[in-house]
Amino acid sequence: MTLPNEPLLVVRGLNIEFGPPERPVRAVADADLTLAPGEILGIAGESGSGKTTLCSAIMRTLPRSARVSGRVEFAGKELLSLSEREMARLRGRDLSMVLQNPMTSLDPLYTIGNQLEEVLRERRRGGAEVRPGGAVEVLRRVHLTAPELRVRQYPHQLSGGMRQRVLVGMATAAAPRLLIADEPTTALDASIQDEILILFRELRDTAGSAVVIVTHDLSAIRRLSDRVIIMYAGRIVEEGPTAEVFRAPRHPYTRALLGSLPRIEDEEVVLQPIPGQVPDLARLPPGCAFAARCPVALDACRAERPQESTVGERHRVFCWQAAAGGAA
Amino acid sequence: MSATAEERPAGAGGLLGARLWRSGAGRPPLLATAICLLMVVAALGGGAIAPYVPDEADFTAILVPPAWAEGGSLAHLLGTDQLGRDMLSRLIAGARISLLTAGAAVLAGGTIGVTLGLAAGYLGGVVEAVIMRIVDAFLALPFILMALAFVAALGTGVGNIILVMVLTNWARYARLVRSEVVSIKKRDFVLLARVAGLRPWQIALRHILPNALTSILVLAVLDVGRAIILESSLSFLGVGIQPPDVSWGLALAEGRTYMTVAWWLTVWPGLAIVLAVMSFNALGDWMKAGFDPRGRL
Repeated sequence: MTLPNEPLLVVRGLNIEFGPPERPVRAVADADLTLAPGEILGIAGESGSGKTTLCSAIMRTLPRSARVSGRVEFAGKELLSLSEREMARLRGRDLSMVLQNPMTSLDPLYTIGNQLEEVLRERRRGGAEVRPGGAVEVLRRVHLTAPELRVRQYPHQLSGGMRQRVLVGMATAAAPRLLIADEPTTALDASIQDEILILFRELRDTAGSAVVIVTHDLSAIRRLSDRVIIMYAGRIVEEGPTAEVFRAPRHPYTRALLGSLPRIEDEEVVLQPIPGQVPDLARLPPGCAFAARCPVALDACRAERPQESTVGERHRVFCWQAAAGGAA
Repeated sequence: MSATAEERPAGAGGLLGARLWRSGAGRPPLLATAICLLMVVAALGGGAIAPYVPDEADFTAILVPPAWAEGGSLAHLLGTDQLGRDMLSRLIAGARISLLTAGAAVLAGGTIGVTLGLAAGYLGGVVEAVIMRIVDAFLALPFILMALAFVAALGTGVGNIILVMVLTNWARYARLVRSEVVSIKKRDFVLLARVAGLRPWQIALRHILPNALTSILVLAVLDVGRAIILESSLSFLGVGIQPPDVSWGLALAEGRTYMTVAWWLTVWPGLAIVLAVMSFNALGDWMKAGFDPRGRL
């Protein structure tokens, strides 16, 4: 991957709060991230770590009750200050998304072909750079079998994997510059997950799209992404090149997360869960949110929130221990 | 993977009729459907199928009993009234008035209610608050009382009766549609439509409203029965359809005086009202069983 000069997506100081202002729940806190064109970024973390909220903020699909501050710049446009109309023009064309649940993401009343055409019509009308072909062509590109038949079928006649292919096809029809995939394989059988993931790589390779893939499936990130962001309790705790983070994780949470993957040792599956629970976002401790579960936490960790420290090329981590260089 | 209700809702895919057939509502109620159809035929056919002009008096044939009763004649199958008018012809004319007023009221009230309910549910905020408070106010009043008040203010006549019926029934559609929209709005395919770049009005009209359509249809069919009762009640009370127009409710009121000597003057229009209302309700209930298995209506 060559380092491009102009980033496609820049998120700076993004904060997202819910609930009453006097007792806010900060779903995402001080998030910074940069994404180059054609780059695949993985975002990982437990449920409730703010991954989906972060993506929704970029797509501007958060509920109205959310309070958002910070900057989200996409291709030089500040997304947070765009009108709903301008945002609708970007969505689906430059900025696209694959949703988490393929089973319920298609309208049960229309055929697959109808729904694809509806979206494609918008693309053509909107003067997309890449003129999308017909619905059948879209389905063929995502390797759906018998596309001529599928366009006449209703969603309930397709399996989950087929539907996810339809959704990926829909999201990528106009070769978006950025595709956000929010847990695209969580609802699917393990055997189908790989095939869907391969589609994202194809999209990057053929259309040069950047992809943000959100998942708690670390193995998917490892195989697919160039860079990875690990989130915990609404904050980014570590970010770096995928290979480096997986080889030498610097944050104790990243290590614990990688350690919790099932391993096979001596023909036995070893599971090592992370002790403790994810903290309540409304009652976060003053220091590092992970301190209570961290095996190497010091008093300093509980007292003060760790600052960003750079530990390698484009590899940063938020941990007092890592900053001190004395990662256990 | 089993087909759960979530992934294959009762109304999934295809034409409305086909969906209803597949939906597990069972066989349609044949008798009720037949009566509803008969009523529609009578309403459409009107003068063409009625043996006599419904408001033409014939003083040579006053209070003739039905054909099979003693003194009856085949010339007047269901008998004649105190002015010698043919009962069968009057029933057919009454069907026309009933269906016309009920149909117009349901159509107009439904359109207004659906539009306002969609706006309230989809836009939310102040729009929703204002619309729903007005709906609450309309629903809080007993509808016959409200209808009498409106008639007193507006006067009688077919047009005004329809207007009154619209005023008393739109709120139910608004409430139903708003609650449907609020729940449909949260479904994943609406989010998908948003992230795919569809504009709000496209999402509302192409994805939200069609998914609420089955419930609206059920309410509309049930509402026809209700509207027939309302029109008959107003006409019976003398504030609805006025002579020389013919209405079942009006006929019932007029025949009351002769109840002891000519039962057919009250029984026929009464029976017509009961059968019509029951049939539309049965039809609506059948559709409800298919479209709304969770019984939210």
